Amino acid sequence: MRKNLIASTAILLAMGTSAFAADVSDGKVKIGILNDQSGVYADFGGKWSYEAAKMAVEDYGGKAAGAPVEVVTADHQNKADIASNIARQWYDTEQVDSIMELTSSSVGLAVQALSKEKKKITINTGAATTELTGKQCSPYGFHWAYDTHSLAVGTGGALVKQGGDSWFFLTADYAFGYSLEENTATFVKENGGTVAGSVRHPLGTTDYSSFLLQAQSSGAKVIGLANAGLDTSNAIKQAAEFGIVAGGQRLAALLFTLAEVHGLGLEAAQGLTLTEGFYWNRDEESAKFGKRFFERTGRMPNMVQAGTYSAVTQYLKAIDKAGTDDGDAVSKALHEMPVSDVFAQNGTVAPNGRMIHDMYLLEVKKPGESDIAWDYFKVLATIPGKDAFIDPAKSGCDLVSQ
Amino acid sequence: MQALFGQLLIGLINGSFYALLSLGLAVIFGLLRVINFAHGAQYMLGAFVAFLLLQYFGIGYWAALIVAPLIVGLLGAVIERTMLSRLYNLDPLYGLLFTFGLALTIEGTFRYLYGASGQPYAPPPLLAGGTNLGFMFLPNYRGWVVVVSLLACLGTWLLIEKTKLGSYLRAATENATLVQVFGVNVPVLLTFTYALGAALAAFAGVLAAPIYQVSPLMGSNMIIVVFAVVVVGGMGSIMGAIVTGYMLGIAEGLTKVFYPEASNIVIFVIMAIVLLLRPAGLFGRDA
Repeated sequence: MRKNLIASTAILLAMGTSAFAADVSDGKVKIGILNDQSGVYADFGGKWSYEAAKMAVEDYGGKAAGAPVEVVTADHQNKADIASNIARQWYDTEQVDSIMELTSSSVGLAVQALSKEKKKITINTGAATTELTGKQCSPYGFHWAYDTHSLAVGTGGALVKQGGDSWFFLTADYAFGYSLEENTATFVKENGGTVAGSVRHPLGTTDYSSFLLQAQSSGAKVIGLANAGLDTSNAIKQAAEFGIVAGGQRLAALLFTLAEVHGLGLEAAQGLTLTEGFYWNRDEESAKFGKRFFERTGRMPNMVQAGTYSAVTQYLKAIDKAGTDDGDAVSKALHEMPVSDVFAQNGTVAPNGRMIHDMYLLEVKKPGESDIAWDYFKVLATIPGKDAFIDPAKSGCDLVSQ
Repeated sequence: MQALFGQLLIGLINGSFYALLSLGLAVIFGLLRVINFAHGAQYMLGAFVAFLLLQYFGIGYWAALIVAPLIVGLLGAVIERTMLSRLYNLDPLYGLLFTFGLALTIEGTFRYLYGASGQPYAPPPLLAGGTNLGFMFLPNYRGWVVVVSLLACLGTWLLIEKTKLGSYLRAATENATLVQVFGVNVPVLLTFTYALGAALAAFAGVLAAPIYQVSPLMGSNMIIVVFAVVVVGGMGSIMGAIVTGYMLGIAEGLTKVFYPEASNIVIFVIMAIVLLLRPAGLFGRDA
């Protein structure tokens, strides 16, 4: 009895202190970072994204609309069913208000659909497919860091310009790979190029030799790697082994970030062209951010990790603006507010949930050119947001008045 | 047609790894009746030991090819002596659970220490580059893998089937008590067998290091396929494991040409068919 009394007093006290945050459900804002932390995408986003999210909350002061902010995380092992189960459990029993990061397109699509049903916010920084803001768009779903269209325009565009007019694709066999291949192939064809063929490999393949051999015998000038993470690193390494680059064909790593360049090493990665939404050594502000991130994690952030920092920050700003963590109100605020932070300097959120910002066309430096640790890229060009992303009116999303 | 030759050769290269790994498994199962789920972890350890030897002691590939299997074999001997040997009198399930737990612990530890991404390990300069065979460009290192793994398979088969030591080993599994009566130290033989199996896995690991990244997950990617190879070949049949390893490597290579999406399940489809038609496996003797 006495125990109950103490407990209920404690609850009352707790409620008293959070009375200020009356419009925040359960008295706190809870953000879930759901991604791959043990598989092929563990360095692409992984626990480093969780670290970025925590950093964003600390920088923001730890509170939004007067309520404390908490970040939780889980590993979905790149399986959409596991991801959906975790998301459901988070929403139903653990008072999670929004889920972010969501690396891998199959996971991103599944969790965004579930969150639409539950009227919860998702901000996707890890997955690539344009479907997230296309036919399968959601009023509660946001796509933040990059997408397959921006990669096709960036890396694909650069190689076509340099005379790479016939392509062969090595494609990861799931939603992301299809989307990336399709976007790039369309772009190549629109610019007068041809596609010699493609081959689809299962996610997490370790041996690419037979696929590479097929690409080699196709005679295409460019071999487009429509995969990501360790898959791309392995394919690049083995392409060197089989003398593909030495034989005059070029590799296009369509989704390749700082994290993979670091894993592969400059010796193997030098000269690759790639597209990212962020580079830590872009300017003074980003370098300062990169160094703070480095002190926590021992590595520099790529666009997924920096994008997660930006997404969390913007979400907290939106809660402050709306004065609540209610899905509808926060979604409205997110759609209205411009994005200006270390990641995106002139970002806007389109009605289909796509955050439109500048992307960067980058080239990997040669081993001798890089004198600071993690200084791997030369910025070749800035791709303005309106060119990098699909015109929302043509995205196929029914939230946009066509 | 040219492409086909290339794919057959690549199948043979992958088959070399399957054969070497399933060989170790078959030795351990055939002689100890232990289903060694830690085999993938021992393969990974082999690669990591080679990587660490280079990193901290400057010991290169050729020495690592000998030293790493010795170290992992020794580790296997310690594990067998202190833990696994206590489970021989129990249901085989306990051995399976123990080695599975062991594998998870080893892999988890390395993942904690080194992350999930791979560590680079360069092929030895002597085998760098490649040879143009006309129908394909063969990296020299991969050619070396085929040759050396064939030799290792043959050597192990000879050791077990044709030598005196091998005959003791086989006798000890048939009737341990009787062999002991003849003055043979059976527990030491069993420890040696487990160590040999672990060393074979580590040997494959060192061979694999320059081709794949040295990663904590490299073993778990491989182990399921290797189990399928052993099952198709016939549990415990050493020749069966070797032949099936190469055969399934080639089958997988061909699938990658004709229907790549199915390349990671074709081995299991074959396994299901073999189990339906010949439950003891292709080379297994019906019990």
